[in-house]
Amino acid sequence: MRKVKSVEDLEKWKKDILAKQKQHEMTVSVCGGTGCQAYECQKVKAAFQKGLTQKGLRERVTLKVTGCPGFCEKGPLVTIYPQNVFYQKVKPEDVPEIISETIQNGRKVDHLLFEDPNAHRRITSADQIPFYRSQMRLLLSRNDLIDPTHIEDYVAVGGYQSLAKALFQMKPIEIIEEIKASGLRGRGGAGYPTGKKWEDCKKESGGTKYVICNCDEGDPGAFMDRALMEGNPHSVLEGMLIGACAIGANKGFIYVRHEYPLAHKNAEIAIQQARKAGLLGENILSSGFDFDVEIAKGGGAFVCGESTALIASIEGRVGEPRSKQIRTVKQGLWGKPTNLNNVETWANVPLIIDKGSKWFSSIGTEKSKGTKIFSLVGKVKNTGLVEVPMGITLKKIIFDIGGGQQDGKRIKAVQTGGPSGGCIPASLFDLSVDFDSLSQAGSMMGSGGMIVMDEGTCMVDVAKYFVHFLQEESCGKCLPCREGLKRMGEILDRITEGKGNDEDLSLLEELAEVVADTSLCGLGKTAPNPVLSALRYFRPEFEAHVHEKRCPAGVCTPLIRYSISGTDCTGCGACAKICPTQAIKGEKKQSHLILAEICSKCGSCMDVCKANAVMVQ
Amino acid sequence: MDLKSVDLIVDKYQEKRTALISILHDVQDRYRYLPDEALRMVASRLHMDINQIYGVATFYKSFSLVPQGKHSITLCLGTACHVRGGPKILRELKGLLHVEPGQTTADRQFSLNVVNCLGVCAIGPVMMVDRKFYGEMNPIRARRIIEKLNGKRGGVRS
Amino acid sequence: MERKTVNVTIDGRSLDVEERSTILLAAREFGMHIPTLCYMDDLSPYGGCRLCIVEISNNGGKPFMDTSCTHEVREGMVIQTKSPRVIRARKMLAELLVASAPNVKMAQDIAARMGLLKVRFPMEDNRCILCGLCIRMCYEQMDGKALGFVGRGMGRKVSMPFEVRPDTCRLCRGCDYVCPGVIVPCQGITEPGELCGRCVRIDEIPTCCSMGTFGCFCEKNPL
Repeated sequence: MRKVKSVEDLEKWKKDILAKQKQHEMTVSVCGGTGCQAYECQKVKAAFQKGLTQKGLRERVTLKVTGCPGFCEKGPLVTIYPQNVFYQKVKPEDVPEIISETIQNGRKVDHLLFEDPNAHRRITSADQIPFYRSQMRLLLSRNDLIDPTHIEDYVAVGGYQSLAKALFQMKPIEIIEEIKASGLRGRGGAGYPTGKKWEDCKKESGGTKYVICNCDEGDPGAFMDRALMEGNPHSVLEGMLIGACAIGANKGFIYVRHEYPLAHKNAEIAIQQARKAGLLGENILSSGFDFDVEIAKGGGAFVCGESTALIASIEGRVGEPRSKQIRTVKQGLWGKPTNLNNVETWANVPLIIDKGSKWFSSIGTEKSKGTKIFSLVGKVKNTGLVEVPMGITLKKIIFDIGGGQQDGKRIKAVQTGGPSGGCIPASLFDLSVDFDSLSQAGSMMGSGGMIVMDEGTCMVDVAKYFVHFLQEESCGKCLPCREGLKRMGEILDRITEGKGNDEDLSLLEELAEVVADTSLCGLGKTAPNPVLSALRYFRPEFEAHVHEKRCPAGVCTPLIRYSISGTDCTGCGACAKICPTQAIKGEKKQSHLILAEICSKCGSCMDVCKANAVMVQ
Repeated sequence: MDLKSVDLIVDKYQEKRTALISILHDVQDRYRYLPDEALRMVASRLHMDINQIYGVATFYKSFSLVPQGKHSITLCLGTACHVRGGPKILRELKGLLHVEPGQTTADRQFSLNVVNCLGVCAIGPVMMVDRKFYGEMNPIRARRIIEKLNGKRGGVRS
Repeated sequence: MERKTVNVTIDGRSLDVEERSTILLAAREFGMHIPTLCYMDDLSPYGGCRLCIVEISNNGGKPFMDTSCTHEVREGMVIQTKSPRVIRARKMLAELLVASAPNVKMAQDIAARMGLLKVRFPMEDNRCILCGLCIRMCYEQMDGKALGFVGRGMGRKVSMPFEVRPDTCRLCRGCDYVCPGVIVPCQGITEPGELCGRCVRIDEIPTCCSMGTFGCFCEKNPL
């Protein structure tokens, strides 16, 4: 660790780090993101440590635990540089083979390489894999080169050079003009022009100002910010430093939600290392500019992703939003002008300052510039984080990158924008993904969650899910959100139980309109979107539930029945063994029977049946 | 009740109001819940209104005012996990532990919680047991994990 | 003393109203009625019940809805207090309110004034409508610091810290006084020429309401 006191110091530090890195022939990057942690990547790392030490290779090979490269479905992920060999689903038992084959002898371990299902061939490097090929990974590409707990890794790839440029080669007003010219729009969901927000905040008369990073990411199904904050926290710090310099703020806060302990830990380490290096604190790089950052933790409330609720939370109050009559850039944290931006927005800033607004605005569409990270999850083959230029079609994301359907069920919709967004049916998958086209279709791009749904997903159930989610997360201050969502939930409950009628559907729409019109904050105002978009595109499913008391997707438990096909059943008895309520009867080698009265509809029998003999009606 | 730890925790965060949630989390880690006396002490040390502290303690989902069980089972019911069969797992857990989400079994061994997205959606459905993440869950695997934790006790008493 | 005014249009009428006034007070000043529930003079506006919602347009921009008790007037603002959109919203809000608390007289009054007869939701029987008036009264006027909101969403309720009456509560009964749900039971005419006077002699009523469920009709207060 070194303390840099000038731009020259920073340059020298970078040179020294690169020289030191050259001494190592190879680097083994093991992904340490939360997803891979769940797959026990720590054991893989330990196996490498042991193996490399045993073979005396520690001098020649660097072992790094890096940020999330995004292909979480195939974790644990290991990449070997400089050969750029990408291994997936690595288990601790595989490590000795990797060491002896790849590291010592330059050969590939085929069974750990990604297999292209269409071409039936093994692919060596990540950028050749269909999942990665169509991506444009401006923000995420550095994740597998950087150990987030080592500031040197960030400096080595050019980190904090944009800060140096902003501090010494640009005036604050020029920084803001550059961000404005780039066309960067907020990545948190609302898409407000970032440059304009900074300008509005700067305009407020001098005095204390704050910058805040929103890492609350409450949208279920979205984890882009987690990957960025866990994997490359310095990129966010650098963005905040540049923004603070432009706006005239000297203090910043990073609000990390409680459910992201690793992001919190890595951000904390990054801040401490940046302070030790002199990149946070007083007189940064001898520029005369002071800036420091504190982490504020969330307590478990989706509503705290809303800017005024977030600010209330930092102040030690409950996360109750307030009217946005006076915007936060005018009166925010403790009544002072506050500029709040999303993690991904901040992470884009150093790139724009480095490569210029012209370069940034050449990517994307006319009104939506740059790239966006999406979390592609749900009923699709390749799930994980996808970074693509704005303007790409949904079809490309879901099929080319996502690999299309899994389980042989046709994809029928994709949910974007989380609980504030809506579903887009498969017929509209040619839509381009940007801030405006999705809103016109009744959804919104939102923070980037993309949940793919197939024929086995009941859209009424999805609408019900979102309403119940918002009910729980509502702060409870205003009547329409608190009571309105409750009543909407009741109606959807009855519909999924087969007790709905036509008046319910029109009452649902009436409620939706009033909740959207009269709610105090964004949570309530956008709450009806999932329901309204489901009604708009999948009304027949609702009507089947209401008129025929039937769930076409086979999900709503009171309306479905599990049964075993006599012709397919092999009589193996696996289902009877697993059934928690002992509802399956049958002799060995003879067709089994499910007793409907006792069946709890847990679906375990379907999960274990190898003959695919269990059916849902 | 020994409240010395509360004093030390508030000292650690330098009596900052912006660290209130962090302070409360540390207190909860220490006592396994947020005792009344601890909250009163935090209010007094931070010179904050007790109603505000109590409001914060009851507003955020991660806080509990009643003692938690030895093992905390948190099931993710985010959209991705829901679509991949999360509710079935919840039904299984409810049946196995005989408690509703937010409650603790009578023998104080297990606390069941649901959360709206842990951020590991790609490997859903996800269940977190004592800060350890388990991906690609289904009712059978969930049952096995609980049974293993229960050891030789032969069934969960509640 | 000159007071600074701004010009706004309310329901088609061009008016000069005091700068920084809220739409609600500006409208009232000119005799225009907007229904309220959680608003009370001399207590800070809350904006929780949303009944005073109006349609606002600034500089010919797209009209949006906001509560008139919290929204300040601005030069050139155009306000609609009775547009179809507003009436539809208020009616539904009243329906939601009365479905939640049908036995709170204020809720019934508001519903009646909207011309609401049918409630299409299963009725509950809450006595507290979460308007927050008791809390604001306790803090802002009586300095009792004894009440607050706890919980979140549908589980939100008014309570004293740890459900125990704190030392700072002086049993001033201010909370009962402002609560729309508490009605002091009247016994009518007790003697010829004499009224029962319970509402005047409020300190004689059992103090259960200061500590229990607000606005409850307990057995001690038969109606």
